[in-house]
Amino acid sequence: MFEAIAFYIFSVILIASGFLVIASRVPVHSVLFLILAFFNAAALFLLMGAEFLGLILLVVYVGAVAVLFLFVVMMLDVDLAEIRKGVLQYLPVGAMVGLILVLELGFVLFSWVVAPEAAANRAVPVAPITEVSNTEAIGRVLYTRYVYLFQASGLVLLLSMVGAIVLTHRQREGVKRQNVSRQVARTREEGVRLVKVKPGQGL
Amino acid sequence: MIAFFQSFLGPEWGFAVGYTLAILALAVSLLVMLAFLLLFDRKVWAAVQMRKGPNVVGPFGLLQSFADFFKFVFKEIVIPAGADKTVFLLAPLITFVLAMAAWAVVPVGEGWVIADINVGILYIFAISSLGVYGIIMGGWASNSKYPFLGGLRSAAQMVSYEVAIGFVIITVLLVVGSLNLSEIVRAQAGGIQNWFVIGGTLPVPLLLLPMFVIFFISALAETNRPPFDLPEAESELVAGYQVEYSSTPYLLFMIGEYLNIVLMCAMISILFLGGWHPPVDLVPFTLVPGVIWFILKVWVIFFLFAMVKAMVPRYRYDQLMRLGWKLFLPTALVWTILIAGLMIYARPDLPPAL
Repeated sequence: MFEAIAFYIFSVILIASGFLVIASRVPVHSVLFLILAFFNAAALFLLMGAEFLGLILLVVYVGAVAVLFLFVVMMLDVDLAEIRKGVLQYLPVGAMVGLILVLELGFVLFSWVVAPEAAANRAVPVAPITEVSNTEAIGRVLYTRYVYLFQASGLVLLLSMVGAIVLTHRQREGVKRQNVSRQVARTREEGVRLVKVKPGQGL
Repeated sequence: MIAFFQSFLGPEWGFAVGYTLAILALAVSLLVMLAFLLLFDRKVWAAVQMRKGPNVVGPFGLLQSFADFFKFVFKEIVIPAGADKTVFLLAPLITFVLAMAAWAVVPVGEGWVIADINVGILYIFAISSLGVYGIIMGGWASNSKYPFLGGLRSAAQMVSYEVAIGFVIITVLLVVGSLNLSEIVRAQAGGIQNWFVIGGTLPVPLLLLPMFVIFFISALAETNRPPFDLPEAESELVAGYQVEYSSTPYLLFMIGEYLNIVLMCAMISILFLGGWHPPVDLVPFTLVPGVIWFILKVWVIFFLFAMVKAMVPRYRYDQLMRLGWKLFLPTALVWTILIAGLMIYARPDLPPAL
């Protein structure tokens, strides 16, 4: 009873905020609605008993990714009229992409209903939830059965990060930089010079 | 307590009434303690500078925080003309509510916890990483240059230091083998030699001490405390993200900030100082209830926070970033790998890898 009410509240807010992400006029508001959507998705995860996934969603997406998103959007001076100009031109392509996405989602859902053997495929050998917490269950699957895929996806992320830095980094000439290790390694002999000053002459 | 109410109100209503009372008790005692912590902070600060500090309202100035509270509440709320009204008023609320919400999973004594969930530490990590939104929203919605710069600084700073904090937490979790905060405290039972800051269950003593230091400094940066209070640096940004705030919204910002500081003190005492356990496992110490030890540890850590504020000058922003990314992150990462390797030898009961 209580769970059903909570589920409907969270999912209604989720869908509404998802819609407002594309509908609101101020870009920063869009990002804030996106964050609200993430938040409600995390709440839905919690309702399903997947507390680890829900909180990781909060930590990774809301706590880190969306902050940087907000950071960038706040600094950009986005002209919405400029963006809206080409809407009609891009509409067919956008609609196509959306349609394909909906179809794919439908295939995934209905294949479980239509083909009974497909249901067996999605069942991964996980330790029963009564014996281990679901954090441990995810860890066991992720680090045994899918360890290579897991490591490979980490490598892809690392590569993309290095790539982004390599592409945008440029060494500028004539910039005074602080060299911390040199500063720390500086000794008294390098920094201090004793001079005998003759009276009335100066240096 | 829940069982007591359920005995005569029925399972559902007893649950609701019991939890409401428990939450109220925690919230009220937290806020009252915060009032005196604020005074303590100012007194320590004053003592370092050889001043007396607040001493007018009540004996020794004990009621100063309450006087401040009424002054804030009775002032007029000023909203700048160009501000985004909704976001402007939402920002301090978010800061305050998140700071309060994080306390739901903090065990202040054996069994004295509102929600004993088995991913407690992840919950606190998630909630404290959301705290940046209050500041960044407030900075943006003020529609003014200084708050905006403060908000941007804060966003970059908090995201950077979260990474280091995350790795420190992982090292402790590896040793304990649980994400439950009560379990982490229970793993440190049996006197000061078992606290993680000294040694814990690890074969080598003092192995987690560097992590304790990193966590302490990162906690300063995460809560925008001096010497890392660049988001509100008064000599460069006037007061950063809170320039345009007055009255109750400002009060909410301030209470939220201090609640986060106390939360970090509580986290340090849970992760490294044995939570509610007494320092010596002998009779006169074990007779004192655990919650007293917990509060004592929080105050000791808070004293350190106050002393740092009083003694250390403010960091420069590029040095702050250098410290977080080039020093703390690699150190914590290497330490995580070290501890993980050590645990394979120290805990042969763990399931073998692959």
